Amino acid sequence: MTPSAVRPAARRQPRLSGRTALAVSGLLAVAAAAVVFPLAFPNPLATTYGFDTLIFIAAASAWNIFSGYSGYLCLGQAVFFGTGIYTVAIGARDWQLTGDAVFGLLPLAGVVAAAIAVPLGLVALRVRRHTFVVITIAFFFIFQLMAFNFAFTGGTSGIVAPILNWAGATYNNPFYYGALLLAAATIAVSWLIRRSRFGLHLRAIRDDEDRARGLGVRAMRVKMAAFVVSAFITGLAGGLWYYFIAAVQPRSAFDPLFDLSLALMGFFGGLGTVLGPALGALILEPAQLWLTVQFTNDYLSQILFGALFLVVILFLPRGVLPTASERITAWRAAHRDRRAPVSPAPPAPAPPPPAPHAPAPDEGFVP
Amino acid sequence: MANQIYPAIVDGILGGGVYALMAVGLTLIFGVLDIINVAQGILVVVGAYLSYVLSVHLHIDLFAGLLITVPAMFVLGVVIHTTVIRPLRGSERTAMSLLACFAVAIILEGALYWIFGPDVVSLSASYVQSSFKVAGFYISYIYVYCFVLAVILVAAIYLLLYRSRFGRAVRATMQDPVAARLVGININRVAALTFGIGVAVTAAGGMAFGATSGGFSPNSGYDLISRLLAIVILGGLGSIGGALAASVFMITLESVVGIWSPNWAIVVFYAALVLVLTIHPSGLFGRAAVRAQ
Repeated sequence: MTPSAVRPAARRQPRLSGRTALAVSGLLAVAAAAVVFPLAFPNPLATTYGFDTLIFIAAASAWNIFSGYSGYLCLGQAVFFGTGIYTVAIGARDWQLTGDAVFGLLPLAGVVAAAIAVPLGLVALRVRRHTFVVITIAFFFIFQLMAFNFAFTGGTSGIVAPILNWAGATYNNPFYYGALLLAAATIAVSWLIRRSRFGLHLRAIRDDEDRARGLGVRAMRVKMAAFVVSAFITGLAGGLWYYFIAAVQPRSAFDPLFDLSLALMGFFGGLGTVLGPALGALILEPAQLWLTVQFTNDYLSQILFGALFLVVILFLPRGVLPTASERITAWRAAHRDRRAPVSPAPPAPAPPPPAPHAPAPDEGFVP
Repeated sequence: MANQIYPAIVDGILGGGVYALMAVGLTLIFGVLDIINVAQGILVVVGAYLSYVLSVHLHIDLFAGLLITVPAMFVLGVVIHTTVIRPLRGSERTAMSLLACFAVAIILEGALYWIFGPDVVSLSASYVQSSFKVAGFYISYIYVYCFVLAVILVAAIYLLLYRSRFGRAVRATMQDPVAARLVGININRVAALTFGIGVAVTAAGGMAFGATSGGFSPNSGYDLISRLLAIVILGGLGSIGGALAASVFMITLESVVGIWSPNWAIVVFYAALVLVLTIHPSGLFGRAAVRAQ
C-alpha cells in the first residue's frame, strides 16, 4: 500500500474506527466461541476435530507469514512440521522424559525447526518462482527419506510417545487449549508482521523483488527472517501434534498432503491476508474430516478433495476474504451513491462490478 | 568393485533414457506454457496402468499397446489443458497453475486407487524377465527395448520441434509469446497441443516405467514426480538437451551409489540437485532468464 492510498482512508476516521470496532467484536465473539467449544461439545470426537483445525489454523497462518507475504510458494512446510515432531519424539525417548515433563520440550521443537530453516533458506532463497517451489519439494523428500533411513528416527516403524496418564473424558482439553493458544499467537504475530515495516518489505519483495532491492530492501535477510519465523511456529505445531497423536512414522510426519493442504487453505481464504488462511483452515479442515467420515471410501474423499481444490482455484482464484471485502466495498459505494443528496443529474451509475481478479499488466498472453 | 560399477553405469544410462522421455515432456510443457506440470508423475502411472489393462485383459503386447495408449494420453492432456490450465489467468497464475496440476494429480491418484486398489502390480511379457550376457554381465532385454523406444521418441520430438512448421511455432512461443502472437501464431492451439504431446509421452514413459521398475502402485506418482522435477531443474527448466543430459547423469549417479547403499542412493540424487543449484542457480543448461523472472 502506498502512502497516498492510506491518507484518504485515515481522514474518514470515525467510520474506520466503527469498522474496526465491528471487526474486533467479531474476533472476540469467535475467540469466545473457540474457548467455550470443548465445554459445549465435550465429546472427544468434537474436541479432536477442534484440535486438528486449530493446528491447521496455526500452520496455515505460519505458512502465510512467509509464502503469503513474500510470494515465495513453499511446498515443503512439512519439513518443519516433521522436524518439530521428531525433535520432541527423540528428545522424550532419549532423555526418558515421562508425564507432563515432556511438554518442556515444545520450545525445542520450534528452535530446531527454525535452526534447520537457516541452511535450507540459504540454498532455496537464492532462486525464485518454479525453481524455489521445486527445491522446497526436494527438501521435503530428502527429509522424508532421512526419517526412513536413519537409525535414530526409528526408521519405518517410527517412535511411540510416552503415555500421559490423564483422565479420558478431559484428555483432549489441554491439547485443545494449547493449540488454541498457538493459533491465536500465530495470528497475532501475522498481524503484527503485516502492519510492520518488515511486512511491508516482504510484500514489496512479492510485488517486484528487483525493484524492492533497488529501493534498499535487504531481500535475502527479510525473506530469511520470515522463513525462520514460519518454520519456528510450524515446528511448535508439530511438537504439540506428536503428543496428541502419540506416535509418529516418517510418512505421517512428512506428508505431502500436509504441504498441499496449507497452500489450499491459504489460497482458499486469501493469500497474504492476516485472517484468510485461518478462515481457510477453519472451513476446509473440518470439511475434509467430515468427507473422510462421510464416505468411508477413502479414495472417493480424496477425489472430492481434489475436485474442491480445483473449484477453488478456478472460481475463487483470489480467495474468499479478498473477494468478499471487494464485494462489500462495492456494495457500500453503491449504497452511498444512492443515498447522497444528488444533483438533478441522473443517479450515478453503479460502480462496475469488481473484476474477479486484478488483470496483470502482461495479461495479453494467456495460453 | 569394477565388476559392479560397469553394470551399474549401463543400468543407469538405459534407465536414464526412460526418464529422459518423461522429463522431456515436463520441460517442453514448462517452456511453452510457463507452468510446471506436477501431475506428470501420476500421469506416467496412469500410462502404466493403461498398458497394464491392455496387456492383462485384452492380451495386447506392451509395445503394440502404445498405439492405443499414446493417442489416449494425448487426448487426456488436451482435455486437462482446456478445462483446468487455460481458464487460469491473472497475476497469481504461476502459483495457481502449479496447484491446479496438483489437484489434478490428487484426483487421478484417488481414481487409480479406487479402480485398481493399493496393491503393487507389474507389467510382464516374455521379454521382461529374460536377459542376455554382454562382457560378463547380464542386461535385461526390456531395458534395451525401452531405451531404444525412448531414443526413437525423443528423436521424434526433436524432429518435430526443429524440422516442422509446428515446431517452429512452438519454439517461437517459447522465446517470446507476445511476438509469436504478433506474427500470427495461434498460441492457444500451440499450448494445447504441446500440453497434449507432453502428456502423450507419459504413455510410453509409463509403459517403460512399469516394465522396468519391478512394480508400481497409485502411490508411485510422488516418487516419480520428485525425481522428474529434480531432473528438469538440474538440466535447466525449458532446456530439452539439459533434460536429456540430467536424466542420464542423475539416474546413473543413483544407480552407482546404489551399489553401496540403495537406501541412500535417492538422497544423493536430491543432494546433487541442491549442490548444483547452490553453485549455479539456473541449472546446468538453464537460460539465465528463468532465474530473473
